[in-house]
Amino acid sequence: MYTASFLQDPDFIRALYIVAFAFFIYGLHELNHPRTARRGNRIAAVGMAIAVAATLLIEEVGNYGLIAVGVAIGTAVGVPAARSVKMTAMPQMVALFNGVGGGAVALISFVEYRRTLELGLGNPELDQLIPILFAAIIGSVSFWGSNIAFGKLQEILPGRPIQLPGQQFINAGLLAVAIGCSIAIAAGTESQGLFIVILVAAALLGNMFVLPIGGADMPVVISLLNAFTGLSAAAAGIALDNVALIVAGMLVGASGSILTQQMADAMNRSIANIFAGGFGGVSVAPGAGADGEQKPVRSTDAADVAIQLAYASKVVVAPGYGMAVAQAQHTVRELADELEKRGIRVDYAIHPVAGRMPGHMNVLLAEADVPYDHLKEMDEINPEFPQTDVALVIGANDVTNPAARENEGSPIYGMPILDVDKANQVIVLKRSMNTGFAGIDNPLFYNDNTALLFGDAKESVAAVLAEVKEL
Amino acid sequence: MDLLTELTILVLAAFVGFEVISKVPNTLHTPLMSATNAIHGIVLLGGLLLIGEVDGFLNKLLLVIAIAFGTINIVGGFLVTDRMLEMFKRRD
Repeated sequence: MYTASFLQDPDFIRALYIVAFAFFIYGLHELNHPRTARRGNRIAAVGMAIAVAATLLIEEVGNYGLIAVGVAIGTAVGVPAARSVKMTAMPQMVALFNGVGGGAVALISFVEYRRTLELGLGNPELDQLIPILFAAIIGSVSFWGSNIAFGKLQEILPGRPIQLPGQQFINAGLLAVAIGCSIAIAAGTESQGLFIVILVAAALLGNMFVLPIGGADMPVVISLLNAFTGLSAAAAGIALDNVALIVAGMLVGASGSILTQQMADAMNRSIANIFAGGFGGVSVAPGAGADGEQKPVRSTDAADVAIQLAYASKVVVAPGYGMAVAQAQHTVRELADELEKRGIRVDYAIHPVAGRMPGHMNVLLAEADVPYDHLKEMDEINPEFPQTDVALVIGANDVTNPAARENEGSPIYGMPILDVDKANQVIVLKRSMNTGFAGIDNPLFYNDNTALLFGDAKESVAAVLAEVKEL
Repeated sequence: MDLLTELTILVLAAFVGFEVISKVPNTLHTPLMSATNAIHGIVLLGGLLLIGEVDGFLNKLLLVIAIAFGTINIVGGFLVTDRMLEMFKRRD
């Protein structure tokens, strides 16, 4: 059969892979700009379809019935989840999707190892065995780490750091077990049992490694785990001699690493420092300015806020996770529309790590139809605060904390922040006087030019909006 | 393919990844993370390659799970990214 042999020609399949790579790379390139990003994502998806179709043509691929079952289950779970997830819950969803990818890598490496043993060939050659072991460890870490990240963001687990005594030693021990067993296998021991020990040790490591990280650092964690899954997929590609896995996996490994680095830079902290845990740990030493005395805060009401806003000429909104939780973004947009009708300029100050993912606020505000040229990044908006009449802080805390600038004793000292305190008036919408995710007190609240409007962010904004309309 | 050829491809792919990604603005970081997340769903191919070659219930079961996981990663990942990006539009 000429056609069949042509379609199954390994060179033809590899040529299709090359087409798929072009789609991936061009798609990622198009993700550079908001105008072309959606098309870029679709182009990458087409690349994926080509890679999958090409793989199905490979002569050795069989058992199409079981493949269909797996794909059907995956589609039945993935599509409704992706369709129904709320914009505010995106970070959890990305963590979950990342986790299942890592889980798939770990399972595939395990089965590949079992397969070579069952063939009676002994351990695979080292140039396959080492990538298999690497993929198994990293895949398992990524699966479990992502699940913990999901649990924390979904608030199934407490968002605060959970630390055990000797945490670092436990982690080092688990890593040593995983690597030690890997070396034993690489040295010639043929043992599925050891392989399972590796998977379990890596699973525990994934748990232990994410548990001590506070909610505020979750964006960095998810990004790093995303890079991990990519790297493990590339390793699996070397083990299975499949160039599509190598290229696509490595593209993700590289991009995820860069993103992780950028996010850590935005917080002026090293990645190692974040993963040592304890940001927002319970044992925060009070610094010079925060000596524990009860300081008065000024609270205000919706009518008062409305008057300040209506007579401002420039308003900057600094949103944070509180806005996401309260689903307040649409009401915020309505308020901004109402103000803009009166000729007031309304911009949004977006801190790189506001919310629980980089760009989290952008997505939420975009959902509410806020034009993206009103979203200002930190470096762009900070010089504008002294000319700002009212800074409206909605559910953001740590990213506006001036202690990061001023108080060397503060655990967030050195992190770049939004300089909202330099605005003429600062209005902070807050649920209560609780500290932020990092558990650090915020001197902003006690400033003379700060007033606090307590309550649910959405209800507060709606009340202010109603008052503005009355004026 | 020999190991060195594969390592060559690996290193070059890493540099392409760095180059293509380092230009993405903050605004698009979440969709970017989500899109690259979908791309590593390519691990699905590993399941496809192996499932015809293994015997035994356990191996097949594990691979069906892996294929389901990979599919969730791909379709879910691209779909949520599309939903996010649908919302990025300029108001004229």
